[in-house]
Amino acid sequence: MLGKTANGLFWMYRYLERAENTARLIETGQRIALTRLEDRDEEWSSVLQSGGVLNAYTQANEAVAKDTAIDWMLRSKANPSSVLSCIETTRQNARLVRAALTGEVWEAINAAYMDARNLLSRRVGERDLPNVLRSLRQSTALVRGMTHGTMMRNEVYDFARIGTFLERGDNTARILDVKYYVLLPSAGSVGSSIDNVQWETILRSLSARGGFRMEYGHGAGPREITQYLILDKRMPRSLAFCASKLCDNLRYLHGGTRKQMPSLQQVSQLERKYLKHDVQAIFDYGLHEFVQEILDQLSEISKQIEIDFRFYE
Amino acid sequence: MTNSSTFDEMLGHDDSVRTPYKRFNEWFCGEDAARLRSKQREADTLFRLTGITFNVYGRSEAEERLIPFDIIPRIISGSEWYRLSRGIDQRVRAINAFIHDIYHKQEIVKAGRVPVEMISRNEAFLPEMIGVNPPGGIYTHIVGIDLVRTGPGDFYVLEDNARTPSGVSYMLENRETMLQMFPELFSQNRVQPVQNYPVNLRRSLAASAPDQTQNEPVVAVLTPGIFNSAYFEHAFLADQMGVELVEGHDLKVENGRVAMRTTRGYKPIDVLYRRVDDEFLDPLNFNPESQLGVPGIMDVYRAGGVTIANAPGTGIADDKAIYSYMPEIVEFYTGERPLLKNVPTYRCSEADGLQYVLDNLAELVVKEVHGSGGYGMLIGPTSSKKELETFRAKLKARPGNYIAQPTLSLSTVPIFSRAGLAPRHVDLRPFVLVSPAGVKVTPGGLTRVALKKGSLVVNSSQGGGTKDTWVLED
Repeated sequence: MLGKTANGLFWMYRYLERAENTARLIETGQRIALTRLEDRDEEWSSVLQSGGVLNAYTQANEAVAKDTAIDWMLRSKANPSSVLSCIETTRQNARLVRAALTGEVWEAINAAYMDARNLLSRRVGERDLPNVLRSLRQSTALVRGMTHGTMMRNEVYDFARIGTFLERGDNTARILDVKYYVLLPSAGSVGSSIDNVQWETILRSLSARGGFRMEYGHGAGPREITQYLILDKRMPRSLAFCASKLCDNLRYLHGGTRKQMPSLQQVSQLERKYLKHDVQAIFDYGLHEFVQEILDQLSEISKQIEIDFRFYE
Repeated sequence: MTNSSTFDEMLGHDDSVRTPYKRFNEWFCGEDAARLRSKQREADTLFRLTGITFNVYGRSEAEERLIPFDIIPRIISGSEWYRLSRGIDQRVRAINAFIHDIYHKQEIVKAGRVPVEMISRNEAFLPEMIGVNPPGGIYTHIVGIDLVRTGPGDFYVLEDNARTPSGVSYMLENRETMLQMFPELFSQNRVQPVQNYPVNLRRSLAASAPDQTQNEPVVAVLTPGIFNSAYFEHAFLADQMGVELVEGHDLKVENGRVAMRTTRGYKPIDVLYRRVDDEFLDPLNFNPESQLGVPGIMDVYRAGGVTIANAPGTGIADDKAIYSYMPEIVEFYTGERPLLKNVPTYRCSEADGLQYVLDNLAELVVKEVHGSGGYGMLIGPTSSKKELETFRAKLKARPGNYIAQPTLSLSTVPIFSRAGLAPRHVDLRPFVLVSPAGVKVTPGGLTRVALKKGSLVVNSSQGGGTKDTWVLED
């Protein structure tokens, strides 16, 4: 496969994943804003920060306000991580790698793009927001489904998966990075159940509420949430899950015969060193420091993959 | 009603349904107009979904557009096609022999059949190709012959496309769309298939690989990139052939081979189906500013290390001035009488020709010798006085840049309009594959149709549409 194609696939699926993550963040922010009485705009700052777009937002806009924040994350062309920008970038990359995709995947991404352009052609009012977000998530989910159902399990698929899980791990880590303080044992005074709004925000933004409830019921607290989002390998957005998928797909690319490339070594090390502990060790180390190191490592791994697989030269 | 001087392919000259259209007409008469209108919309949705779009140069807003598709097929009988395809076969063989001769002994010039300045002063003549022997002796691996029709048995070649003819993806997608929308039509009519084109293209390219190629030849499609107007087609063909789609920056010359950068290092290519113009192919040998090509690829090519399809320098055979010599060219190389007719052509480079054209401008179509896409041409009968005068000045300033032809009474085929069937002018571009194993003409081709009533301009960039083209099994 061409290095350029690997590059296109990697970014196509990173942006597809990011489109979904951003949509989910908006959904969460809106939900929290509607169910809380005070500090509404502050919550949007935190949402923007979780999406990694707070700095750009404050440069382009005045104060953080709900409508502007939603618009910025949903459809701003100036924001490369807005849902619309992400879907456009996904399709642009899909066009680049068109010959590597099945017709089904291509048509699904093309349809998602047309839907998004249509749904997001103007500001979305509060009343329409839930439906618009649902449609967007469905059309991107169709791309993922078609990928899963029609693509050969070869290196094309591996790069699609690597992009997906790198982005997903990065997203989970970023949400933890912004909200870490509510998970610290010392902060456990606010509430004692899952009803705690802050905990709910975290779980919602990672589509983790249902799974968590099933596993822990209603009596669990920050310790269990941390365990679940970082170390639980059954949770499809946990750091451990993402790292293990990255490892698998990089290993498939090696085909077992060649000497390990630096990117695979880095991911294996990330898994071994950070994601095999129990949760107490993470608290002892410092949750914030821990998450920041993971973020740094993920960024290094991304760069190393570009080099190892000749994305650019 | 059709204008009696215009030949309608469905209704002839006298409004009686012609044989190839009989079955189709029965079906059509039993159809409900509202259902067909909804089918027409369905077709547009299908095209949007498959993303079969083209980019229009010079328009920033609508960066991708659909070519309008009309649901009424254009139908050609098997016997009509047989005669046509023999003529196409003959013409394509002659073109290939002509190009070989031009870059070698120039016998046709020595024989006085084509003037030497037509070659030596021709912008499309590539001195770098002199004496080069392309693998398998093939110059034009893919050819598109543009045909127009004026009567039941009267076909004319309007233009030979010997560089990088485009549009084949529309031929294939049009058929795919018709199959999805009207399967019953294909049960009722025996339509010769076109779907093998990508397989045949790959075989044909592989058969043209350099002699020393040992394993299954590695084929790749070279595109100028995602912003090119025909990018969709490049990606489509690469996908359908199952080969890599590369850009100049994916390639380099290494150990005397052209190689592409894969995730596991550089891999040599045997056959490059390039959709990049000669000028941009190699910054070392041609345009030094080119970002689209591969530095040094011409040196590899000249040494026989790679097949470039079509070969560089084939443009010499498809400019519109050489076109006027095609009857001589066909006779000279095949020893046969040309089976396909040429449109009478006046060369403005010659004093007599120029005078005639200036005197009769309002009746003629004037084209740039190197133009394409319907740009820069004048259609005398439909032009205003002012347009004629402006063009007259252009002609006098650069006569050698133009040729002129009489306006032919192009045939019409009905389109499905709001008012039902309505005749519109059409042309036809069949696609031809050439390899050492032989010439293969795909039955059918791309029918382009001028959607505006009375218009003769079928180019997609100028508001033309397309139709599925059927060749029936008689």
